[in-house]
Amino acid sequence: MRVNFTVNGRPQEADDVWEGESLLYVLRERMGLPGSKNACEQGECGSCTVRLDGVPVCSCLVAAGQVEGRDVVTVEGLADFAKQRAESGCATGACGTTLQDAQQWRAKGTDSQTGEGGELSPIQQAFIDAGAVQCGFCTPGLLVASDELLERNPNPTDADIREALSGNLCRCTGYEKIMDAVRLAAARQSEAV
Amino acid sequence: MDFLRPASWEEALAAKAEHPTAVPIAGGTDVMVEINFDHRRPEYLLDLNRIGELTEWEIGEESVRLGASVPYTKIMENLRAELPGLALASHTVASPQIRNRGGVGGNLGTASPAGDAHPALLAAGAEVEAESAARGTRLIPIDEFYTGVKRNALQPDELIRAVHVKKADGPQQYSKVGTRNAMVIAVCAFGLALHPETRTVRTGIGSAAPTPVRAKAAEEFLNAALEEGGFWDNGKIITPSVAKQFAELCSGACNPIDDVRGTASYRRHAVGVMARRTLTWTWESYRGARRASEGAA
Ligand SMILES: Cc1cc2nc3c(=O)[nH]c(=O)nc-3n(C[C@H](O)[C@H](O)[C@H](O)COP(=O)(O)OP(=O)(O)OC[C@H]3O[C@@H](n4cnc5c(N)ncnc54)[C@H](O)[C@@H]3O)c2cc1C
Ligand code: FES
Ligand code: FES
Repeated sequence: MRVNFTVNGRPQEADDVWEGESLLYVLRERMGLPGSKNACEQGECGSCTVRLDGVPVCSCLVAAGQVEGRDVVTVEGLADFAKQRAESGCATGACGTTLQDAQQWRAKGTDSQTGEGGELSPIQQAFIDAGAVQCGFCTPGLLVASDELLERNPNPTDADIREALSGNLCRCTGYEKIMDAVRLAAARQSEAV
Repeated sequence: MDFLRPASWEEALAAKAEHPTAVPIAGGTDVMVEINFDHRRPEYLLDLNRIGELTEWEIGEESVRLGASVPYTKIMENLRAELPGLALASHTVASPQIRNRGGVGGNLGTASPAGDAHPALLAAGAEVEAESAARGTRLIPIDEFYTGVKRNALQPDELIRAVHVKKADGPQQYSKVGTRNAMVIAVCAFGLALHPETRTVRTGIGSAAPTPVRAKAAEEFLNAALEEGGFWDNGKIITPSVAKQFAELCSGACNPIDDVRGTASYRRHAVGVMARRTLTWTWESYRGARRASEGAA
């Protein structure tokens, strides 16, 4: 079947989708967007987290056909998404991330270690600065979940952060640096206002 | 496989009548796991996401009519006052991502003995609103809904439209045993609701029998003991011996198995502990509310 939906602000079309296929599979294998990770395919790890109509969900548990006509934001579009949110909305109609840009998205810039000069959302920068990335497999899901937390709750307590990230597993960091990163992003966000 | 996408409730009922083997998919948090792991290859998937009224709820005089697909997150955020037991139970389900998608209709559809909505629904008192194109609507009392391990009273052509859950008329609690706070399928679980208006207590036990069950003998014992001692009126602390016997009867209502999550004897024991604790918590808050209203009068 064919599925039409919005990915990172731009309308997209996926063809020859099998009816039992997950949104995660469509994103990774049909659209060339491997940012959302596939680790468990059963909702346990959160590494496939995307926003579906703004709501964080495990894309491995959404049937592709269920997203027809709906709006998906993946980690590849997070920098643009955060930028537009900061500039409050999309006045020009030319917002969003093209599929090509999303496919080529890397934490590029002049320095791949620090992300300097690259197009990063504040939460991505905070993860780098706090040393919250080790192997990086859990990172995309944590970024999407953390970004949504800070959008909803700009001054989260530690308990709020733990709760918001309780559906995301990380096998490397021990979570402390991830907590640091979210606190850092929150602090920078409140300084900026 | 075919993917059916009805745009309205009527269309969904018609599709289910035409294809009784079609598997409804709401939040997909049970269905997609089975498909991803090839445990299930349904001929038809029947998507319920386009049917807006399934994600709505209405607060009535006596009960809340909770749309089958209202996600747990919305129950926690919006119905804590009316359905405190179900809101607490919802909060223990999995993780934010899962709670944003999964709901009570899916929990009832799966009818797992470990489903967290069930003990809360049994304790509060509820009816499942099932509908078919051929026979229209019927209300299934929650006590008759669970018919076996992962079996329920739905007919092949029926869909769940909503659940009618009695609004709380007293304190309710929900307790669950697991290895951590998030992402835990209950080793066992216990729901308790005080109903001061009818001077009754209702219970619900999860994951400790082939289906979710009420501890009816325990309820009858406690109802009689509370009545006899004038507890509803005098608001005294429940005597330890009454609490103990209630806990033992709740343990006795279990018919658990040994499995990877826990042994049968552990489950029986833990249900007794949860029964005693939730009774203490709810009774304390009943007494607190009584004192507050007397103070105000
Ligand atoms: C990682 C993970 C953790 C989990 N943890 C918990 C937990 O802690 N506690 C818990 O209780 N559950 C848990 N679950 C199971 C699941 O999230 C719940 O059972 C949830 O309530 C299912 O709702 P859903 O809308 O996603 O159902 P779906 O997967 O869409 O459907 C489930 C079943 O119900 C049927 N169905 C759905 N809607 C209807 C309807 N309107 N009429 C008739 N049939 C219908 C479907 O055909 C299917 O058989 C977990 C699942 C995952 C993946
Ligand atoms: S891959 Fe989706 S939650 Fe693990
Ligand atoms: S950094 Fe390796 S899993 Fe989190």
